[in-house]
Amino acid sequence: MFFDDPVLSSRLLTLLTLSFHIIYATIGVGVPLMIMIAQWIGIKKNDDHYILMARRWARGFVVTVAVGVVTGTAMGLQLSLLWPNFMELAGNIIALPLFMEVFAFFFEAIFLGIYVYTWDRFEDQRKHFLLLIPVALGAAASALFITIVNSFMNSPEGFDIINGQLANANPIAAMFTASMPTKVSHVIATAFMTAAFMLASIAAFKLIKGSNHVYHKKALHLTMKIGLVFSIAAALIGDFSGKYLAEHQPEKLAAAEWHFVTEEGAPLLLYGILDENNEAQYAIKIPLALSILAHGLPNAEVTGLDQFPKEEIPPLIIHYFFDVMVTIGGLMILLALAYVIGTKRGWNFVKAKWYRWLIVLSGPLSFLAIEAGWWMAEVGRQPWILRGIMTVEEAATTSDHVGLMFVLFAILYLILGIGTVVVLRRIFKNSPVERELEQLSSQGGERQ
Amino acid sequence: MNLEILGISVLWTFLFGYVLLGAIDFGAGFFNAYGILTGKQRILSKVIQRYLSPVWEVTNVFFVFFFVGIVGFFPKSAFYYGTILLVPASIAIILMVIRGSYYAFEAYGTKGHKGYAFMYGISGILIPASLAIVLAIAQGGFVSMVDGKPVLDYWELFTNPLPWSVVVLAIVAVLYISAVFLTWYANKAGDNAASELMRKYALVWALPLIIAAGGIIYELSFHNEKLFDQILDLWWMFGISALLWVGTVWLIWNRKKYGLAVWLLVGQFAFAFYAYGISHYPYLLYPYLTIHEGFTNPAMAQALVVVFILGFVLLVPSIYLLLKLILFDKNYIKGKTEKL
Ligand code: HDD
Ligand code: HEM
Ligand code: HEM
Repeated sequence: MFFDDPVLSSRLLTLLTLSFHIIYATIGVGVPLMIMIAQWIGIKKNDDHYILMARRWARGFVVTVAVGVVTGTAMGLQLSLLWPNFMELAGNIIALPLFMEVFAFFFEAIFLGIYVYTWDRFEDQRKHFLLLIPVALGAAASALFITIVNSFMNSPEGFDIINGQLANANPIAAMFTASMPTKVSHVIATAFMTAAFMLASIAAFKLIKGSNHVYHKKALHLTMKIGLVFSIAAALIGDFSGKYLAEHQPEKLAAAEWHFVTEEGAPLLLYGILDENNEAQYAIKIPLALSILAHGLPNAEVTGLDQFPKEEIPPLIIHYFFDVMVTIGGLMILLALAYVIGTKRGWNFVKAKWYRWLIVLSGPLSFLAIEAGWWMAEVGRQPWILRGIMTVEEAATTSDHVGLMFVLFAILYLILGIGTVVVLRRIFKNSPVERELEQLSSQGGERQ
Repeated sequence: MNLEILGISVLWTFLFGYVLLGAIDFGAGFFNAYGILTGKQRILSKVIQRYLSPVWEVTNVFFVFFFVGIVGFFPKSAFYYGTILLVPASIAIILMVIRGSYYAFEAYGTKGHKGYAFMYGISGILIPASLAIVLAIAQGGFVSMVDGKPVLDYWELFTNPLPWSVVVLAIVAVLYISAVFLTWYANKAGDNAASELMRKYALVWALPLIIAAGGIIYELSFHNEKLFDQILDLWWMFGISALLWVGTVWLIWNRKKYGLAVWLLVGQFAFAFYAYGISHYPYLLYPYLTIHEGFTNPAMAQALVVVFILGFVLLVPSIYLLLKLILFDKNYIKGKTEKL
């Protein structure tokens, strides 16, 4: 059983905690920007609908932040508990961004506390809006710093190993590694994209369920436009990520693409299965596309798995993770593009039920893409925890009880996940949009 | 001052911050549950909610700061503590996760039921207990090295009286700190009933606190003599701490200057906490790990200190804003502003 193996169970527990945390973390990074945009439009246009949008999103947001905070705390501690040898080494080189991240959390938590309790406090709405800026900045900075740590694990730099001992540590160089620019920007762009589609899903769902309130139409309109911008950004930066991989972590790209033999003009494979000779069957083959993804040139040479020792080849399953991410990325662009053009031109299908159902799917699909992306990035780093320097096996704890902890945490996250959904539903059921809008406009009347 | 001393001082200070803020939070949850059981809920829950809602995430960050900081300044501690604490720390995490999230569900969502408040109160007692065990482990005698790897002796840990006394002290301290603070906070809110009730709790827990603290020092005398001797050398710090305790109790007893009483309480715990920290010097984990061997490289240490100072400059005004706009805002404290 895997429970007896501390390495495997540590991996599984990390997989579990991170896959769960990343859902809330993505909301935590993405939604503040959405609230900001809505509130800003509301103030500029003096439109209660957008103000209420900001307010309702913020109300849901505090709940997800809370779960993000506690699961993040769990993750932070688990890193030391499950990977003590790695953290000892990493502490010497990459502790700086982790430390900075704590300040980002601090900043975010303080201003979120203030923001939530100062609605209706200021005569000038813009002052309240200002309080949101540190929240959004703090959240984005958290993502920045933690992703810097993850970049370091993929492309460690900023130190020398002399006789097995760490030397010449340079914490700043360790932060600005080869994978950092693409990784950070891709993570942040996809968080914005996912938050936008998540909110779009909700609005579309309300419209399908018969609420024809213009509030939901405005919300849908706004979030689809934002979603379009960031899904295009995600694809562009994803392309750069591919080029980064081709240059610095070719084994990951090759494994993701089932690219066994180094060749020029390499085709891109989508889906399919591997037969016993490691030949891809039933795959969709796009000629030259892998060379373009990897190097931007149709005839460029792409390193294949034949260049690596067997024990350093990542699990080939990441092919599917990669495909899922890229497929969803492409579909989301099409979906949002069709919506934006369709509403401009007054095409009817954007109001059709089937189309709105597609929009409802966009939120969950974006989360799936986030998960798939991380699985591909992290599993694709196998067998390394610190690429080329320390393997997962060397890093893991020697404690015997990890399997039991896995079970406990699995139950815990299940309860938390259900709890979040139940609580969020209750919050919004108890105060429907229509009633809140009436309250808002009567309040506005008093104020004048 | 060399950097490792600076580093550990900063970390110890943040741990102290967490102990104080956490104690208020944990104790409040307990009193709330107790109030529900004894039918005094309406007196307390409002004040407690008012205080907790905007700050619990900030409190949590103090804790995160500590454990991220200690891995940064003393990477070897990740190896030692990470390996031995898997089970105790995982249990603490699970409790904290339950507590934090359900608090939020309750505060931002809708009212839950009594069973939940009860869980919330109990976890407020169990978390400090499980964290306090780490302090007991740190002062030595429960960890041995097997094949170059640290192993925790659970049997010894559960049968030795020392960890149990530390646990008792932690729980009593939580209740005492929380009661004194809430006496003052309720008083500021003009909520006399709540203030009176909390005053009573504060007085109830004052004596057990001193007895528990004294008991630990006594037990250390035969558990870890070196630590005990260093504690005796710092007798004057513990003495000042005791005097401050007398001051707090006197003020509370006479219903005078609750604000001052809180400050004396902070002073009392600060003296005791730092005195204990200093007598622990130089060990992070007795006798395997000292702050000198465990320290990170100079480049990282300097970078961390610089970031710490910059971070501090950013945080102090923000915290001031939080206190001024929310916690001690006249309307907020009295419950006149509505939330989101
Ligand atoms: C909504 C989510 C989402 C979407 C639509 C995409 N990605 Fe992505 N991708 C991520 C979410 C993500 C991520 C979760 O953010 C990852 C995981 C690790 C990372 O750095 O970002 C990621 C990683 C990641 C990597 C691996 C980087 C590494 O391991 O260093 C590559 C090569 C791409 N992506 C490429 C793409 C391409 C070509 C896309 C085209 C549409 C794309 N991604 C869409
Ligand atoms: C300090 C930074 C990080 C550390 C120390 C770390 C460590 C690890 C380790 C040791 C594994 C197990 C190795 C494996 O099985 O592939 C892992 C897997 C994983 N990590 Fe990371 N990681 C870090 C950052 C991240 C981040 C920021 C994410 C994004 C949320 C992430 C997502 C994942 C996922 C999804 C897996 C599952 C892969 C699997 O199936 O094992 N990691 N991580
Ligand atoms: C190894 C990976 C990770 C670790 C160790 C980690 C650690 C943490 C910790 C300790 C917290 C709680 C801080 C507090 O007390 O306020 C937290 C929350 C948070 N994390 Fe993570 N995190 C990881 C991955 C990520 C990733 C990949 C992102 C973003 C893309 C992220 C974004 C956030 C955000 C925004 C919060 C604040 C809570 C929220 O807004 O939901 N984290 N994380």
